[in-house]
Amino acid sequence: MPHRSLPTVRSIGAKAIDNVLRLGYATRFIGLTLAHSGTSFARPGLIVRELYYTGVLSMIIILVSGLFVGMVLGLQGYQTLTTYGSESALGVLVALSLVRELGPVVSALLFASRAGSAMTAEIGLMKATEQLSAMEMMAVDPIARVVAPRFWAGVISMPLLAAMFSAMGVFGGYIVGVVLIGVDEGSFWSQMQSAVDIREDIVNGVIKSFVFGIAITWISLFEGYDAPPTAEGVSGATTRTVVTSSLAVLALDFILTSFMFSGA
Amino acid sequence: MLAKPGHPGSLVALTISFRIRTLFQATNCVVSSEILIEIKDVNFAYGRRPILTGINMIIPRGKVVALMGISGSGKTTLLRLIGGVMKPTSGEIWVDGECTSALDQEGIYRLRRRMGMLFQFGALFTDLSVFDNVAFQMREHVDLPESMIRDLVMMKLHAVGLRGAHKLMPAELSGGMARRVALARAIALDPMIMMYDEPFTGLDPISLGVIANLVRQLNDTLGTTSLVVTHDVQEALDVVDYVYYLSDGKMMAHGTPDEIRANKDPLVHQFVYGEAEGPVEYQYPSGEYAAELKLGKRREASPPGGRHAA
Repeated sequence: MPHRSLPTVRSIGAKAIDNVLRLGYATRFIGLTLAHSGTSFARPGLIVRELYYTGVLSMIIILVSGLFVGMVLGLQGYQTLTTYGSESALGVLVALSLVRELGPVVSALLFASRAGSAMTAEIGLMKATEQLSAMEMMAVDPIARVVAPRFWAGVISMPLLAAMFSAMGVFGGYIVGVVLIGVDEGSFWSQMQSAVDIREDIVNGVIKSFVFGIAITWISLFEGYDAPPTAEGVSGATTRTVVTSSLAVLALDFILTSFMFSGA
Repeated sequence: MLAKPGHPGSLVALTISFRIRTLFQATNCVVSSEILIEIKDVNFAYGRRPILTGINMIIPRGKVVALMGISGSGKTTLLRLIGGVMKPTSGEIWVDGECTSALDQEGIYRLRRRMGMLFQFGALFTDLSVFDNVAFQMREHVDLPESMIRDLVMMKLHAVGLRGAHKLMPAELSGGMARRVALARAIALDPMIMMYDEPFTGLDPISLGVIANLVRQLNDTLGTTSLVVTHDVQEALDVVDYVYYLSDGKMMAHGTPDEIRANKDPLVHQFVYGEAEGPVEYQYPSGEYAAELKLGKRREASPPGGRHAA
């Protein structure tokens, strides 16, 4: 007679195999997307259209969030720095926090929720309503026509949105620190200028957001393309996009940070 | 002057575009034969579950052929096999002299450029207008000036009676209109084969009649060959030349519409005349009804005289 725990072990094994298979499909999917990107670059209009939907329409939430995050940083930073009598370093604190960490990470989380979920839902619904099958029957490759332009639009949008987030954050910190609290404006900007390094801080932040952009867009598009063609399937895929993308961003942030800033 | 949409004369526009076909259709010049599609001993299975078994079919050039059967009989799967979306587990499918299972992706795409397919619910691209939906294939496959694309799109839309709706979005169309736009899109490049997947499903009687007539008229005017997958018997039998009847993945009967109507096979007869009683059971296989409702157990559990008390 089989042991009572056998079904549980079997179910865990089946799930593990399923996950490994999905990882394989996802890898093949990104490979195909890259291989079929020629159309997107030959017809830049396709990417520009997607840039509008993924990038431009995400700007409002990114800019407003950036402003508030910067304002909170200004308040909290001022409180902490006053304890040590170094409130003049408020600009440095705000800028480094944003450029190195908060800018790329928070904008990536917002991007996953705003644009990633929309991409998954759109592609999932296109699949459910046979639009992708119709495209294939018209001898138009959906990977080249639908997936690749969205992928590159996401990858291009993410660093730009992160930069806007950081810029708005610095402005928010300035409003709170300099305009409202009264920190010296000269030291706010000059210390920021001398402490923030282009290569160490700005470029590393851009690399981070570029990597996050690849991860989020890949996950979003794959979840949509792989979604079961039902209402429940699309809804589940959209949820998985937000959860998986957010976890991937946080995990990748730790890995990248440990490589980029561990020696600093 | 073009006649009213829906009238056979309105297809003058399509005749014009049929003549334009040679301008932009990249075809490999296979010597024309009477048979356009030939299916030889095709088997198809999802894993170990057989879907199609020993299918043999011939679709002559220029004819409208119906593929009928109840839901789940494998009709759409066969359509997908012909379109090269899937490959048969065994057997061969020949389309215009080319064996689809031997073609690579590029070859399949080359073949599909000469195929048109109408999906069950249209499958219109929801982010594109009616005009852009019909123009989609022209813009993707053919290097034509936008002015010429406009004229061709208007001709296709006129043929289905929707020229005036070219600015609308798919969400603004009724089910019947969406199906007609999808039809205009499917014939955009004047295909050699038109495949219809359940074209009559969910349509009101007027739209249904319009679509059924369009299937016939487009076939005759464009010189196309049509394969109609359907379980709407009467509408299909009125417009097709030949019928294949599939049941449980097997080809059970074939013949002209009159032969199918007169067929004495119980399966075919039940299907054609829509009878509830016959070899196709209405009830999904299940256990005993009384046992399912636990009637025996309740009787045992109820106290003596309980039924009277109720």
